[in-house]
Amino acid sequence: MSQELVLGIYVFIMAIFVGFEVISRVPSVLHTPLMSGTNAIHGIVVLGAFLVAGSADTPLLHALGFIAVVFGAANVFGGFVVTDRMLEMFKKREAAAGEKKDA
Amino acid sequence: MLDLRASVIALSYIVAAVLFIFGLKQLSSPSTARSGNRLAAIGMALALGATLLDRQIISFWNIALGTLIGAVMGVYFARTVQMTAMPQMVALFNGMGGATAALVSVAEFIRLTRVGAPISVGEATSIVLGTAIGAISFTGSIIAFGKLQEILPGKPLQFPLQRLINGLILLAVIALGVMVVMGGGSPALWMLFAAALLLGAMFVLPIGGGDMPVVISILNSLTGLAAALTGFVLHNQMLVVAGVLVGASGTLLTLLMSTAMNRSVANVLFGAFGAAGSDTAAAATAVGRTVRQTTSEDTAIALAYARTVVIVPGYGLAVAEAQHTVRELATDLEKRGVNVKYAIHPVAGRMPGHMNVLLAEANVPYDQLLEMDQVNGEFPQTDVVLVVGANDVVNPAARDDPSSPIYGMPILDVDRARNIIVLKRSMGHGFAGIDNALFYHEKTRMLFGDARQSLTQVGQALKTA
Repeated sequence: MSQELVLGIYVFIMAIFVGFEVISRVPSVLHTPLMSGTNAIHGIVVLGAFLVAGSADTPLLHALGFIAVVFGAANVFGGFVVTDRMLEMFKKREAAAGEKKDA
Repeated sequence: MLDLRASVIALSYIVAAVLFIFGLKQLSSPSTARSGNRLAAIGMALALGATLLDRQIISFWNIALGTLIGAVMGVYFARTVQMTAMPQMVALFNGMGGATAALVSVAEFIRLTRVGAPISVGEATSIVLGTAIGAISFTGSIIAFGKLQEILPGKPLQFPLQRLINGLILLAVIALGVMVVMGGGSPALWMLFAAALLLGAMFVLPIGGGDMPVVISILNSLTGLAAALTGFVLHNQMLVVAGVLVGASGTLLTLLMSTAMNRSVANVLFGAFGAAGSDTAAAATAVGRTVRQTTSEDTAIALAYARTVVIVPGYGLAVAEAQHTVRELATDLEKRGVNVKYAIHPVAGRMPGHMNVLLAEANVPYDQLLEMDQVNGEFPQTDVVLVVGANDVVNPAARDDPSSPIYGMPILDVDRARNIIVLKRSMGHGFAGIDNALFYHEKTRMLFGDARQSLTQVGQALKTA
């Protein structure tokens, strides 16, 4: 096994703990936005698509890289925008609750 | 030592990883959630920008064009989709991420083979897993999208020998994977890709629409895992960290959802819930029972002269986009001095928190939303419960009938209220596909029709009541 693979596995396992720890206390109201937010974050895979598309030197690799970039970019941009739209409404709700207190 | 360019990339990745972690942390609390999402987006921009500095990248036109097309598509759908269709939107974007991971893995394998580079067992395994998991996530998400969008029937699709056939496809995927690792070359990998695409579709088809939130959550964490695996293939730590963060948090979310439904993840995936067995049970219980219909005028009167009304929203509310109408009705009732609350079941709708999001959009005050544990003790003192398009989450069989497939799922005890009015499109089954004794209860009145139309008519009738 290469040193790099060992390091990769190490990072992999540490990240599992961070992933569990960081979201372990979430109110159920936020489950859908959270799923949507994590969905946007795994769009990071478009980074791999960049590397493939940018270094492609055959038509097949160009095509595969290009499709991967399109899908990955849709995942990233769509994911963050959808999450923001969901969360926008939480802001509104706080305002609505605030108005009620004032009244 | 890394040269300057490589150092800039590496440091940017570290900052991006920290931003992702803080972003996720902030997404866990309502007051900071929005800025958390933005932090994650900034991290993403930083990571992607830094990647463009990579010397491996020699042509930019297809990256630029591909990103532009993907971004326009993604933003267009994300901005125009109705709030009610959010769950399937998440499924669709998730599927695209899965496809990206699979395509990247396949392309890297082809590149390595072409330049004649030796592929280590570790790399080959990562490529095989990245391809298979990404492809499963892609077609699985597309089927989940189709079910929620009602392009495909929400009921579990079953056919003879289904488990055997799915098992054989799974075996084929594993066998092809082993072949690739042993040096089977591109043809074996393409076949693996195709078999995994088929497997993804086949494994979601027999799952009922009611379980789709759990399925989407599983597929979400699978895509994270696939992204992490491409990190191993490309020797890119950023992909590993971000992918695993999503994989781990997605798994946790899946477990939380299954707990709320009192079902194991294995049961969701392999139970083919609501298909076998329950049809005969439904036929038996339907015999000799009648439902009592009511009118919007009678409903309005019952509501107007109640002291306490509890509204139970469900998926029907989302489909009919009736969240504003229901809020207007509630406001009118409050003006008459009626005490109105909303009872939110943890898995009402298609995702946890689905109902909260919709009602928040309609500016329903936060303090009127009660969770299941808070509200269940109040039902016996409730004059009227208005069930708007909810079904399985109010089915008393989950509490009383050990033979019911949903037995043990925590429910809202609406049958303990004094009067129950159910707004429903028809006598069709809920997404679990099982019969609901509540509809035949002597205290229950059914108001058939589209939830928004029905509520509008009730609202008009209320003005004269």
